[in-house]
Parts: sequence; C-alpha cells; structure tokens
Amino acid sequence: MLSAQGLTCVRGDRPLFAGVDLAVGPGEWLHVRGANGSGKTSLLRLLAGLSQPEAGQVKWDGEPISRIVQDYHRALLFLGHHAAVKEELTGAENLQLSAQLDGGEIDRAEVDHALGRFGLKGREDLPVRVLSAGQKRRVLLARLMTRKAKLWVLDEPFTALDTRAVEMLGNLAREHLAQGGMAVITSHQAVPIEGGKVLELSSSSNPLKPGEGRIQ
Amino acid sequence: MSALLAVARRDLLLAMRRKAEVLTALFFFVIVTSLFPLGIGPEPALLRKIAPGVLWVGALLATMLGLQRMFAADHADGTLEQMALSPAPLALLVGGKNLAHWLVSGLPLVVLAPLLGLQFDLDAGSMGVLALGLLLGTPVLSLVGSIGAALTLGVRGGGVLLSLLVLPLYIPTLIFGAGAVQAHSSGQGAGGHLSLLAALLALALFFAPWATTAALRIALE
Repeated sequence: MLSAQGLTCVRGDRPLFAGVDLAVGPGEWLHVRGANGSGKTSLLRLLAGLSQPEAGQVKWDGEPISRIVQDYHRALLFLGHHAAVKEELTGAENLQLSAQLDGGEIDRAEVDHALGRFGLKGREDLPVRVLSAGQKRRVLLARLMTRKAKLWVLDEPFTALDTRAVEMLGNLAREHLAQGGMAVITSHQAVPIEGGKVLELSSSSNPLKPGEGRIQ
Repeated sequence: MSALLAVARRDLLLAMRRKAEVLTALFFFVIVTSLFPLGIGPEPALLRKIAPGVLWVGALLATMLGLQRMFAADHADGTLEQMALSPAPLALLVGGKNLAHWLVSGLPLVVLAPLLGLQFDLDAGSMGVLALGLLLGTPVLSLVGSIGAALTLGVRGGGVLLSLLVLPLYIPTLIFGAGAVQAHSSGQGAGGHLSLLAALLALALFFAPWATTAALRIALE
C-alpha cells in the first residue's frame, strides 16, 4: 500500500502545502482535489518519486520509496499532463515500445485489444500525429491495460475525453480496484468511480498549516 | 539490457521517420570539409597536412548539430518522465539513447570520412587510421555530448550554451584523433594515439551515462 506522512512541498520560497498525510490500501482510491495552483500535480510528482519533498516521506508497503526504487517503479504507473506518446510512431508502436522500455514484452493481439477497448479499432497503425487530442489521450490511457501496475497515479486523466471514454475509463478503474489495485487521481470533474477517499488541497493563497490537508 | 536495446530501437525508428534531421548533419559534414580544398586550391602538400584537423573539426561540429535534440523531444512530450519511472535503471536507457545517437550521427561520419579524405589527397594508410580514429572517437563525442545535452535541457538558448559547455570537453578527442593521422604520416605510427582514444572511450562509457542520468534527474525535478 501507498502511504505518506507530513508531505511538504515548497515552490520557490512559497509553501504549496504542508503536512499532508495520506494512505491508500488495496482496492482503495484517492481523489485529490483543489483549485488551480494548489499543488495537485506537485503532490502527484512527489508520490511518483519524480521530485523530492521538502519534508515528509512517501512509503510503499512500509518502505521509503527511495530505498526500493525499482520495486516501486514496477508497481507504479504514472500518467501526467504530457501526451507521453511519440507523434511519429503509430499507436501500436507506442504501446509496444513503452512496454519494452519497462522491461516487458506484449504481443500485437494484446495491443489491439487495449486500443480497441479505447475505441481506436482500425486506427492502430496510424501515426499518432494524425489523431485528435482526445484520441492521443486514449492511446496513452491504453497503457493502463497493457502495463499491469498495482498503483495508478493519474493526473487529470479525463481531460479531452468524451463521455463514452470517461465511462470506459471509469469501468477500467473499477476492474482495477476490484482486483486489489490502487489509484490516486486528480480531477476537477466528478469521477465516475464509487467510494474513494477525498484529499482536499487548499489554494496557494491560503497555505495549509501543518496537520491540515488530511483525508476527509 | 533489453531496455537499452528497446530505447535504441525506438530512437532509430524515430530517426527513420524524421530523416531530414539526420541528413542535415551529414550534409553539413560533407559540405564543410569540401569547402577547404575548394578554398585553398590545388596544393596537395598543404591539403594533406590540414586534412586530419579539418575532418575532425567537421565531425565535432556535425555531432554538435544533433546533440540538443537528444533529450529535448522526449522532455517536451513527457516520454523522458516515463523513462525515469521505468523499472529499468535510467542509466541503461540513457546508454540506449547514446547508442542510437552514435549509430545515426557518428557511424555515418566514420564511413564518409575516407571518401572525403580523397579530396585532401590522403593515402590509403592515413585514411584507414582516420576511419579507425573516428570509430573510437565519435562514440566519445556522443557520450560526452549527452552530458551537456542533459545539463542544458529546458534552458532557453540552450544551443549556444551547449556548444560552450561541450566543445572544450571534445578537445582531448580532437587532439588524439587528428594526431593519430599526423603521427601515421610522419612515420611514428598511430598506435599510441589510438590507444589513448580507446582509453577515452572506456572512460566515457563508464562515467558519461552516470553523469547524464544525474543531470536528467535535476532537469525533471
């Protein structure tokens, strides 16, 4: 399980948030909310280990993530703001190559199935460059299926998606949680997944005092 | 190891889809080195003398052209972030990118150099030493250059800064590479220079991916 104690993030000399505690166990998901600039993305990057917290610690199964980097990365799938797909490559190539970068190998049938489920049937072999913004996003999200990760950290996954894709992603997340997966999601929209804890980050003009920003 | 090859394969595939970038650097090398014989005129003795230096400087500058793009695109579209989060060590993935960069921008120079040496009236032995020197030296250029590319990632006007940062580090390679051909033609034998180039390569292979990884982590913070 993922847990964090007393996370503090400072940008420049301005504290974004301080003393954030959270815990996500198997089958649970956490909805991180807050106004623009309240530090949702920064929090997710801390959780992924892409940046280091000013204070506090992120733990995976009770071990600090800096000590078990490779095990943690194997369990983690982080999808950020970026497209994180190569425009010149086709959707199928993108999925296969990112799987190989992660040290795995997936066959073409699996790729087609994942892209098909995200409504990209027949577009597997088109360069991503010619797809629409929403379709690019779907190619990226198809990695949720091809990469078997225990923990999803998703930054605004519903951006640019139509209602059917949002519903589809919700179903996928439900399956993931039912299998004992975990997820941390930021979203301004309502997330079509039941349950879930909520973590509210207050805006930067009103920084949290230590101890605030706990799970409600 | 499979992750290293996967990155290299991906970058080669991308280079195939963006041929213009690769060909620009190659044509640059061909044109710059061809300007010298045209400018200096038919003086075989002088041309033979300056050939190693001109070809090596051409190779340095041609390598510089593509350096900035080594990580820039990956950084912009977020795939670099995904690489940093891959279960495979980032240094291995960086090694794969270096390998692809060398195959695309270094190896063609090795192949072309003897051909361009003809314009300078180099004899067959000198051309062999030149190609061998480039074969040992161009990977050093890619490896050392990747440190600079990673350090200037996301910096505005990074291109100029990159040249200022990396070109001084290329000096040892240039001296021993060009020196090998001169030593060969003066009858001293190129063995010593080539051994030193090989030593530089071993050193760069060991340390450069590590330094690049550290620089990339800073850029990603």
